[in-house]
Amino acid sequence: MAQTLAEQILSHAAGRTVQAGEVVTARVDLAMVHDSIAPSVIRILHEQLGAERVWNPDRIAVAIDHVAPAANLQTAESQNNLRSWARSQNIRNLFDVGRGIAHQVLIEERLARPGLLIVGSDSHSTAYGAVGAFGTGMGATDIALALATGQTWLRVPETIRVQAHGRLRSGVTAKDVALKIARELRADGATYQAIEYHGFDSFSLGERTTLTTMAIEVGGKAGIVPPNGPALANEYAPSWLTIEPDARYSRTLEINLDDLDPQIAAPNHVDNVTDLRNLGRINVDVVYLGTCTNGRHEDMAAAARILRGRRINPQVRMMVVPASSEALQLAIADGTISTLLAAGATLGTPGCGACIGRHMGVLGPTDVCLFTGNRNFRGRMGHPDAQIYLGSPEVAAATAVAGYIASPNEIERT
Amino acid sequence: MSRIWRFGDDVNTDQIVPGRYAPYMTSEAELRKYPFIEARPEFAPGVQPGDIIVAGRNFGCGSSREYAPQALKLVGVGAIIAPSFARIFYRNALNLGIPLFEADLDWLSDGAEAQIDSGSGVLHTSRGAIQLPQPPTWMQEIWQAGGIVPYFREHGRFPGEAAR
Ligand code: SF4
Repeated sequence: MAQTLAEQILSHAAGRTVQAGEVVTARVDLAMVHDSIAPSVIRILHEQLGAERVWNPDRIAVAIDHVAPAANLQTAESQNNLRSWARSQNIRNLFDVGRGIAHQVLIEERLARPGLLIVGSDSHSTAYGAVGAFGTGMGATDIALALATGQTWLRVPETIRVQAHGRLRSGVTAKDVALKIARELRADGATYQAIEYHGFDSFSLGERTTLTTMAIEVGGKAGIVPPNGPALANEYAPSWLTIEPDARYSRTLEINLDDLDPQIAAPNHVDNVTDLRNLGRINVDVVYLGTCTNGRHEDMAAAARILRGRRINPQVRMMVVPASSEALQLAIADGTISTLLAAGATLGTPGCGACIGRHMGVLGPTDVCLFTGNRNFRGRMGHPDAQIYLGSPEVAAATAVAGYIASPNEIERT
Repeated sequence: MSRIWRFGDDVNTDQIVPGRYAPYMTSEAELRKYPFIEARPEFAPGVQPGDIIVAGRNFGCGSSREYAPQALKLVGVGAIIAPSFARIFYRNALNLGIPLFEADLDWLSDGAEAQIDSGSGVLHTSRGAIQLPQPPTWMQEIWQAGGIVPYFREHGRFPGEAAR
């Protein structure tokens, strides 16, 4: 029987042919744990599972990205414990402070590859679908079990097919597609399901990652872009991973890229999405460019194209937090960073930054923020009264210049 | 009698325990003080062991933070009833042995008295007893074992192969 990509990957990982609805025990190809959850994972491994050794240190990645560098004594000590634990376990894939956000780094390091089953202690582990892997987020107990046994259990999800037509106009981006998908599917539209994104063969790896990090925002268990197109040309995809035309989808969502406008998610829900031009005038205090969804080199470069020769509005503070050291290096090499700094932006250490309101630019009660991240939940970036609007890097740059939420075309005409 | 705590749709994990109150940022010992600390500050001081959360759709959406359901477990939440749950939250709660039931009980008011027998899925309210839809047997076995770790130790395997 024809299978979806999720069914194919989970069949491979389970060692038998499976289909949506079955509960399977599957071999994990890669398990990721980050600093925020690691103390619980290590405690469960030792105290509850009595597992002194992890199953396979080469299939485990540890990232220190959620509070990087450490913000206080507690996180500093916890990170030191994590470092020494990782060393004692011979885990070589330890991505320490400054290397960047786990999801971006695992893709850059080519640890995430087509057809793999990747579990991570982070809901945005759906990111790995950008390279055609089945990536999914789990809690500390599941991750501890995966580290101890190399296995996990999963219900094989049904799949929603997102089918794009046409091409994006200038000033409209992958982020607008991701927000449009949230607008259509709603925050629980893909609960217990996977998403397959078709019609995106021309998308770059970064654009694909923007889509797949946001699969969880509609409840998705995984979000997979078929590993086709120029962006994946040098990637070896296993021969068993193919698009099967007769695969069964629970639903198909058609999206016309040609007439898509910049999208904005208004507080406090990711699916509270509207066309930017219908938003009205929203003055902002903070523009935040970064995260696993939109902190890559191409995102910073897109913002820099708009900010070149311009100054950000004096009412606005603009934070730029690259998703990884590689993204930062590229952005330094081609002058992107100096353009951003010349315009008045400021730069943080690669990592999660203020995305979860812990450090490096947390929002105060009256702050209104245009954020290139993936969540605008109440209190997400700091004070619960802060207002978070989600938009693309281009919109972020235009907004920084205007002082209110603006589309790139509006600024470029001036 | 236990009481019902009503919540709306799309209660996310940043509401249950904001990232700033994670054990990583504070300490494991303090976690019991933080469920709904900003979204509903009267919850943590007022909740009693056995109390029941009755919520709207998509309860627990957002992050994979297990400390969200763990905080609810620490204060003794007896069960969570909602028309639907976000999958990572559902899985984390199941792993920790917190009974979850998928049902829409929007007629139950906040503060109402109720009692639940999570084994049989019967909820006793002032309007009589309600049989809640039961999850598959293998999931009930995980609760009964007290969570996925005791289940795994007991059976030497994950639930999947048994459910085939
Ligand atoms: S950047 Fe934000 S959403 Fe992405 S992994 Fe870090 S905290 Fe999570």
